[in-house]
Amino acid sequence: MNVQTPPSAEERVEKLQGLGSSRKRVEDARFTQGKGNYVDDIKLPGMLFGDFVRSPYGHARIKSINKDAALALPGVVAVLTAEDLKPLNLHYMPTLAGDVQAVLADEKVLFQNQEVAFVVAEDRYIAADAVDLVEVDYEELPALTDAFKAMDADAPLLREDIKDKMEGAHGPRKHHNHIFHWEEGDEAGASKALADAEVTVEELITYQRVHPCPLETCGCVASMDKINGKLTLWGTFQAPHAVRTVASLITNIPEHNIRVISPDIGGGFGNKVGVYPGYICSAVASIVTGVPIKWVEDRIENLTATAFARDYHMTGKLAATKDGKITGLHCHVLADHGAFDACADPTKFPAGFFHICTGSYDIPVAYVGVDGVYTNKAPGGVAYRCSFRVTEAAYMIERMIDILALKLEMDPVELRMKNFIRKEQFPYASALGWEYDSGDYHTAMQKALDSVSHQALRDEQAQNRAAFDRGETRKLMGIGVAHFTEIVGAGPVKNCDILGLGMFDSCEIRIHPTGSAIARLGTISQGQGHATTFAQILASEIGIPAEDITLEEGDTDTAPYGLGTYGSRSTPVAGAATAMAGRKIRAKAQMIAAYLLEVHEDDLEWDIDRFQVKGNPEAHKTMKEIAFASYNQAIPGLEPGLEAVSYYDPPNMTYPFGAYICVVDVDVDTGVTDVRSFYALDDCGTRINPMIIEGQVHGGLTEALAIAMGQDISYDEIGNVQGGSLMDFFLPTAVETPVWQTDHTTTPSPHHPIGAKGVGESPNVGGVPALSNAVIDAFAHKGLTHSQMPHDHWRVWKTAQSLGLTG
Amino acid sequence: MIPGSFDYHRPRTLNEAVGLLADHAGDAFVLAGGHSLIPMMKLRMATPEHLIDIQDIGELTGIDVSNGTIEIGAAVTQAALIASDALADACPILRETSLQIADPQIRNVGTIGGNVANGDPGNDMPAVMQALDADYMLHGSGGQRSVKARDFYEAAYFTARDESEILTSIRIPVPAQGHGHSYQKQKRKIGDYATAAAAVILSVSDGKCTGASIALTNVADTPLWAEAAGNALIGTDLGPNAVSAAVDAARAITDPASDGRGPSEYRTHVAGIMVKRAIEAAHERAA
Repeated sequence: MNVQTPPSAEERVEKLQGLGSSRKRVEDARFTQGKGNYVDDIKLPGMLFGDFVRSPYGHARIKSINKDAALALPGVVAVLTAEDLKPLNLHYMPTLAGDVQAVLADEKVLFQNQEVAFVVAEDRYIAADAVDLVEVDYEELPALTDAFKAMDADAPLLREDIKDKMEGAHGPRKHHNHIFHWEEGDEAGASKALADAEVTVEELITYQRVHPCPLETCGCVASMDKINGKLTLWGTFQAPHAVRTVASLITNIPEHNIRVISPDIGGGFGNKVGVYPGYICSAVASIVTGVPIKWVEDRIENLTATAFARDYHMTGKLAATKDGKITGLHCHVLADHGAFDACADPTKFPAGFFHICTGSYDIPVAYVGVDGVYTNKAPGGVAYRCSFRVTEAAYMIERMIDILALKLEMDPVELRMKNFIRKEQFPYASALGWEYDSGDYHTAMQKALDSVSHQALRDEQAQNRAAFDRGETRKLMGIGVAHFTEIVGAGPVKNCDILGLGMFDSCEIRIHPTGSAIARLGTISQGQGHATTFAQILASEIGIPAEDITLEEGDTDTAPYGLGTYGSRSTPVAGAATAMAGRKIRAKAQMIAAYLLEVHEDDLEWDIDRFQVKGNPEAHKTMKEIAFASYNQAIPGLEPGLEAVSYYDPPNMTYPFGAYICVVDVDVDTGVTDVRSFYALDDCGTRINPMIIEGQVHGGLTEALAIAMGQDISYDEIGNVQGGSLMDFFLPTAVETPVWQTDHTTTPSPHHPIGAKGVGESPNVGGVPALSNAVIDAFAHKGLTHSQMPHDHWRVWKTAQSLGLTG
Repeated sequence: MIPGSFDYHRPRTLNEAVGLLADHAGDAFVLAGGHSLIPMMKLRMATPEHLIDIQDIGELTGIDVSNGTIEIGAAVTQAALIASDALADACPILRETSLQIADPQIRNVGTIGGNVANGDPGNDMPAVMQALDADYMLHGSGGQRSVKARDFYEAAYFTARDESEILTSIRIPVPAQGHGHSYQKQKRKIGDYATAAAAVILSVSDGKCTGASIALTNVADTPLWAEAAGNALIGTDLGPNAVSAAVDAARAITDPASDGRGPSEYRTHVAGIMVKRAIEAAHERAA
């Protein structure tokens, strides 16, 4: 006799691979076998190739451009300049920040490697040869590369195109190189707190210009079909739907005639949010020639011309009592935005969410003011693996806390514990206007301290310092602690939009007759593993195994509208939309099940993958059975089929947090630093896939290491960009990367349908201050309060030298 | 990052290669592993009309240790250098240095000949060859000649090699039995050129240093044989004073550029630290 035992509840849950399962990434089968389909893999019949002539100068007037020699080269089809784009009114394009940016330089170049002319040729080699043949005559102008001098009375005028427009996108401009002033909080109150304080500290903290440097550079293929009037644009777009809308607005091609497709994307980290001249030029060239045009930038172009990140000069001031209770925060930021304001922030927030800078602390009064300025540098200012300007804010406050601890002669951990927002204060209204959704900072910090044996580390450090002073070692040990609070998941439409597009997101689900499904989202994965994790959310919501759910994103003709993937918004917003769409499916499924089981809906309860009659679990219908019934039964009062769509407008942001502790050994003779250990505790609310979270944390910490220890896009005084290739720009390899120890607590978001908060960016936000604090801590007993990043070998050595420690 | 156009040649014999070089004098570059040349071509800083790829020339790939001399063919890869036990026995600094060049993928293709002939002051092997007092064998249409590594480098990318010559092999006198050796290199990351690096070969007898040779990488526009630094060690017990004298002598001849690795002053400082650490490591290893 063959008795089939029905699967147990545990087995049914296991089969779903839903929330909490470390399901393997379904994307990796193709990525690890080189079978991904990236922009540069797209090959269309008759396709031509575009390449840019770029400015060798940081600031110069273009006296003439001679295309003759380039056009004479066999295989060259066209050479576009600003003069060719003017009749189309496309020589400038709108930026996400309410400014305009030159598509091709109009009379002047404003940064080195700015796009001057676009060559179109039959292959890449001819295009590259032709670039060399375009003769541009320049008159060099004085360059402005020091943001602190941007608003000097005699500072060179950079933006002649807007010199008379003294009302900017965010209010009046004070100077021809001023972009905006933005502020939040109570300046009088913060100033009074400082004036009345028993103890104050002040420091200029610079977060240097860096670059997201995704492994795949930016690129696109534009194809205009002259028969049906439809423009198809494949590209490295983190927000394909927004690109379609913007493309329609600036080209006047009706939106239904533009199809934007983001294929596989090899990392974005914010670099692929904006619109670049290459996209516009490719589209124009395809419209003009009627054949597809491909443009893919090289590494140097990516590092020097597409969006940078950070470049914030932050002056922080903290007020406190003698026993370490913080009484106020005042902060002013000088923000270097480069030649055009192309920051990618929600429109109402020109400094992003920098006003999360009160961090994890209960600070009664605070003020931030931000002034953005133009310089002769590449435009950008994107959220490089962080929510908008959040990593800058976290860096400022986490450094200031350490500086205050030094002044108070208090352990930085004790100072943090003393000022943390307490668990019972959530939801917590911050002095700068945010409502933190949930948190338990003391528990997280204590778990971190216990895990690394913090007191033992401090004891060891005391011994190390004594041994150093006795001349027995030339290494100093530093311990860096950071406790960050992120703000992610932009965001509520009432205050978050980009160019008027509300920052909701979406999910559309179709259940197939045999009980498998396809879900389409308005986001686009660049390596985050959406096809794996969003299927898990759905599996738990609708009881269909994750492996039976196909995820599709990135094609504006098929996916529902959404604002894309950046700022850790996919899980908080699109993940919520996915859960809500799943619940709509389940609601209809319940009606179908009631019909099939001949009971009232209210007599049914959901159990893992089925509806069962309350008190009689034998009477049930599985989701698979319900799916089939939805296609083959005429159910009174119900439409056939099983589909749902949800557009989710989040009621609030989510506030992930974490406690990081880093130990570093510094060789004072060479400045070489060795990250001995790094412990990262993250609380991202409900955990969807622990393996993917761990991978995200590893990646984000590695990028934090890169920033804290080496990345630097700087300019010399005449505007030459330094460090614009991977020879100099620090991308750590496995050799430079320490072992990351990960851990977690779980404090669900109370307003998110599944309690998830987003995690991809936390490690970068918390990692940078932890590393920086560790390096500075190594010298703290010798009187060092702060040193600017990056903590590369020579700068660390210089610090040691300035303290008289080098032999 | 796309090179200009060029003709590609792949001779089978040395004579054929030398003939091609003579035919295209001034317009032809020799291509070995290509790790320096190809990036230069992609940046269009090198624009050869002809590339002569020597990887099919079998006579350039041998390693021979006999009669007190090591001979290494120019097309021997860094990986092959690392794999050779005979070399590791006779002259272990070659394996030690090779392991500090870039990463395994690059070492599988990069050659010793390219590394020393290219004239890039950032390459590691030239200083090691100067420390070892190697000879470079050059082959041109006029025949063969040899040039000492210590005399070979004139300025960055300028060497004693004539445009029509190919560097065919390197001859190194086998260092004394029981010699101490070390190559100390500070770099920002794998694949980077040295901030500063030092090669040290020394011999010790009865507690006294009987021979010492020191050379430096990437702290001037050529590799530097630090003769005075080596001499400062000979006859001493390699104690702190001697080491300090050698460090000072080495630093005195450096003239590094300021670059992303740090200002000139810092790189000179690091050169001294590398010399100090290399002397100490070599001393420890000396029998």
